[in-house]
Amino acid sequence: MSVDVEPVGHGRMLRKEDPRLVRGRGTFCDDLTLPRQLHLAILRSPVAHARIVYVDATAALAHPKVKAVVTGADLVERGLAWMPTLAHDVQPVLATDKVRFQGQEVAFVVAEDRYAARDALELIDVEYDVLPPVVDARRALDDDTPLIRDDVAGRADNRCFDWETGDAAATDAAFARADVVVADDLVYPRVHPAPLETCGAIADFDRVSGKLTVWVTSQAPHAHRTLFAMMTGLPEHKIRVVSPDIGGGFGNKVPVYPGYLCAIVGSMVTGRPVKWIEDRTENLVSTAFARDFHLHGELAATSDGRILGVRARVLADHGAFNAVAAPAKYPGGFFGVFTGSYAVDAAHCSTTAVYTTKAPGGVAYACSFRIAEAVYFIERMVDLLARELGLDPVEIRRRNFIPTEAFPYLTATGWVYDSGDYPRALDEALRIADYDALRAEQAERRERGELMGIGLAFFTEAVGAGPRKHMDILGLGMADGCELTVHPDGRAVVRLSVQTQGQGHETTFAQIVAEEIGIPPADIEVVHGDTDATPYGLGTYGSRSTAVSGAAAALVARQVRDKARRIAAHLLEVAPDDLEWTKGSFGVRGIPTATVTMPEVARAAYGIDLPDDLESGLDAHVSYNPENLTFPFGAYLAVVDVDPGTAVVTVRRFVAVDDCGTRINDMIIEGQVHRGLTDGVGVALMEYVGFDEHGTCLNASLMDYLIPTALEVPTWETGHTVTPSPHHPIGAKGIGEAATVGSPPAIVNAVLDALAPLGVTRLDMPLTPSRVWEAMQGRAAPPTDPPHGPTAEKGTP
Amino acid sequence: MQVPAPLEYARATSVEHAIALLERLGEEARIVAGGHSLIPMMKLRLTHLEYLVDINDLHDELDFIRVERGEVRIGALTRHRDLLESEALVPELPIFRDAERVIADPVVRNRGTLGGSLCQADPSEDLSSVCTTLGASCVIRGVSGERVVSMEEFYRGPYETAVGPAEILTEVRIPLRPHSSNAYAKVDRRAGDWAVVAAGAALWLDDDGLIADARVGLAAVGPNTTGIPAISEALRGRAPSEEAFAEAGELAAAASSPTTDGRGSAAYKRHLAAELTRRTLRRAAERIADRALERESA
Repeated sequence: MSVDVEPVGHGRMLRKEDPRLVRGRGTFCDDLTLPRQLHLAILRSPVAHARIVYVDATAALAHPKVKAVVTGADLVERGLAWMPTLAHDVQPVLATDKVRFQGQEVAFVVAEDRYAARDALELIDVEYDVLPPVVDARRALDDDTPLIRDDVAGRADNRCFDWETGDAAATDAAFARADVVVADDLVYPRVHPAPLETCGAIADFDRVSGKLTVWVTSQAPHAHRTLFAMMTGLPEHKIRVVSPDIGGGFGNKVPVYPGYLCAIVGSMVTGRPVKWIEDRTENLVSTAFARDFHLHGELAATSDGRILGVRARVLADHGAFNAVAAPAKYPGGFFGVFTGSYAVDAAHCSTTAVYTTKAPGGVAYACSFRIAEAVYFIERMVDLLARELGLDPVEIRRRNFIPTEAFPYLTATGWVYDSGDYPRALDEALRIADYDALRAEQAERRERGELMGIGLAFFTEAVGAGPRKHMDILGLGMADGCELTVHPDGRAVVRLSVQTQGQGHETTFAQIVAEEIGIPPADIEVVHGDTDATPYGLGTYGSRSTAVSGAAAALVARQVRDKARRIAAHLLEVAPDDLEWTKGSFGVRGIPTATVTMPEVARAAYGIDLPDDLESGLDAHVSYNPENLTFPFGAYLAVVDVDPGTAVVTVRRFVAVDDCGTRINDMIIEGQVHRGLTDGVGVALMEYVGFDEHGTCLNASLMDYLIPTALEVPTWETGHTVTPSPHHPIGAKGIGEAATVGSPPAIVNAVLDALAPLGVTRLDMPLTPSRVWEAMQGRAAPPTDPPHGPTAEKGTP
Repeated sequence: MQVPAPLEYARATSVEHAIALLERLGEEARIVAGGHSLIPMMKLRLTHLEYLVDINDLHDELDFIRVERGEVRIGALTRHRDLLESEALVPELPIFRDAERVIADPVVRNRGTLGGSLCQADPSEDLSSVCTTLGASCVIRGVSGERVVSMEEFYRGPYETAVGPAEILTEVRIPLRPHSSNAYAKVDRRAGDWAVVAAGAALWLDDDGLIADARVGLAAVGPNTTGIPAISEALRGRAPSEEAFAEAGELAAAASSPTTDGRGSAAYKRHLAAELTRRTLRRAAERIADRALERESA
């Protein structure tokens, strides 16, 4: 699709950042080299659970290129051994008493180059007194399971938290009057965001000025600045955090990792800039994982398929430390939207989260704060109900949709869905797919013994966290600031608190501002990532950039336009109300020749002829506190073929109809959707973080943690409907995570549909050929880890 | 970035030079060609070497595909990509293109070599299965000269071959016979992943169209599955048929001793051994028939 003329505002246009990124001229953390820079490497625990008997760094310190070796004991002296997580727990920067997962940070080396730093790690002698690991979350609360968190006084077991939502009594009543009840156990396995760029930081502490600068792979530079201040005790105004170009985040770069603190301490100790870039194995074994939910679900319904109640019981594996990144009042994330897109009067969920000897994390990988888990849950359960009642998956959804006229809709678990038109999106997906023809084809193929499946998922997300009356992280409200300055030449700079990781903010935000003030996107520079150059805000995750920061950008632009109107009125010698705004200029109502353009207004704003009651300049600043979340939705349909002989699943077609409200740039939206759908194929078919019985991670490289390639995905068929958000200034809802959230259940439902003639009713992700084949033999794996096996210690095939 | 431990590096200027270097440096030296198995193992510090002898300059001596009368000779430094793209191999040995299409990815295929694959001797490796299936022999050169061993003699077990510390695999020789063809198939969890199971099959027919010989080589299902004598014995003298191929599949499954791991259950892998054996034998038979038709129409 050619894009010859750039829109002045919303519309399809090429990304402004791409000339830099596709030419390899981006600046990522590891591209930066500071004068006198040293390199840091981290020694990590080889075992999952052990008491540290001693750490002896003598030999490492004797290495000629080593400048410093720091252990947990050294950090205890500095009061820096433990740091707060984003979820009111603590996590060691370097282990002091015990190690609690394989890959946990034990010591670090600062050396003249990264080779020497890595070599010196092998010279550190650590004696571990190995303890039994806790690998299976379902055993975490057993009496004979070892206690992991003996660092917390009074803790007697591995319970992390319990959390409930919904109305248990009302749900019991709904089940009591139901004609039919279906129940199942599902596992949403542990997966990893696996961004192409691993995490890292360069810390530069200037002992003279007392100023700390940290270049860091951060999706939330301002939040990280506050956390660095909390952790180090340095005054926050002396800390500058810069998040340069980021090679993918997906939630992996929201938490503050021990490695960042190590780099800061390394710079304080040596007085020189210290670079730490983790390697692939470190990223996979120690940074934020995602999901790891064991789910039990029950649906109560009438005989004609109307859902009366939903019950969910969740066992969440949080790893060794509770380091989820979610609003504080929502320890289970936004799983509370587990009633999905359906009008259900009664619902209840109880969640138990446990500690295990695995890496911490849990809310990451484009999950919209665990809506991925919620959507998977309800979409699997609804299909199960359809099968029980002999209804088509389309029909069961239609019968239960929240009616279009019922929005804004208050769900049984207390969420107010802002707007929706579900039948329209579903119809569009069925039209693109030619659903009836697909079902006819399926019938023919089944006659021939072929296994073709069609799977649906209809999802509603809750994004744009969030209203500060409900949502905070460590007491920080989830607002976003935005500053806009129009320079005298009529070109503008917009400063954001959020930070892109590939989503195209430099384009999208220029377009949002362009739409409001009529300056072309090419003339609007987007500044982000540097806390010294941008206003405060909580960052990019949970699909919140457009929903929150995008609103801030539109509102700040409107404030600038309002000021411009007063200047224009002065220039045209009329009252502001007599002016009409057509994108780019003000004109006097009824006098076609009396106009003034935005650049002319900008020039005047810095000139000498201004009304007395106006300050010079053309700029504004806002901080946007959203009144509600936004609720994007979509209808996804997958067509799969299962090879009857090998059980290999091929995703033949995938239709994705998204409604993210007002669309700012279709090309960027499609790109986001393509990316998320690819994630979905990965999660559904191959991605998995597993552990052996010793608690050793089995997926410590990209040879063992599989992410999909172009060969595993079909040509995506995308479509859209537009149902604007009523409360967002431009009606936009956010798109970043929709496809990752919505696609796995469509694929799993399709595979189950393909295997229906064989009587297969349940399967857990990832749908590897082996798992599918076992299910075809009537041995559908119970919800458990895949069998343990040796780690693959080898190169490429 | 993962970095290997310190080591010495030498670049060989001839096979003779490389052998001399190996002779001098001893057992802590290893040959590097494509490096796609060795270098990752070094970066992960699973392998600690003192010396690398780089043979990438030895194109003239080691990088060739020669289709001769009754034999195909392939140099050990031949890249996967050249095996994939070779038109010369397709008529008699289409199994190479079958296999190379499912080996790793273009980046790996651009560098990885036939010799490296065989010498790595990974039980999941594809070209070892291919060469065993074809009844290939390997030319190994050392200080005292050259010797030729069969694939059965070459492969001594996982990661272990007949190549001695101061020796180099220089060439693979594959015998050609009329009325034959071959095929390869692999099931993996994702393009570029190691095989869950892979199978190669080769069929040779006699003038009456009966099976003169049949060989099957499996990957990733345990030892003794590259070249299964029981299959040759069972198929010899029979007409190519679904029934015969199914029997061969059962024999392949019986010869397998897979283990359960992240790639799949033992039961599934045994099933695949049978399924892929059937499929590749069937494909080989189809190819023989297709070539016969082509000859007739020509």
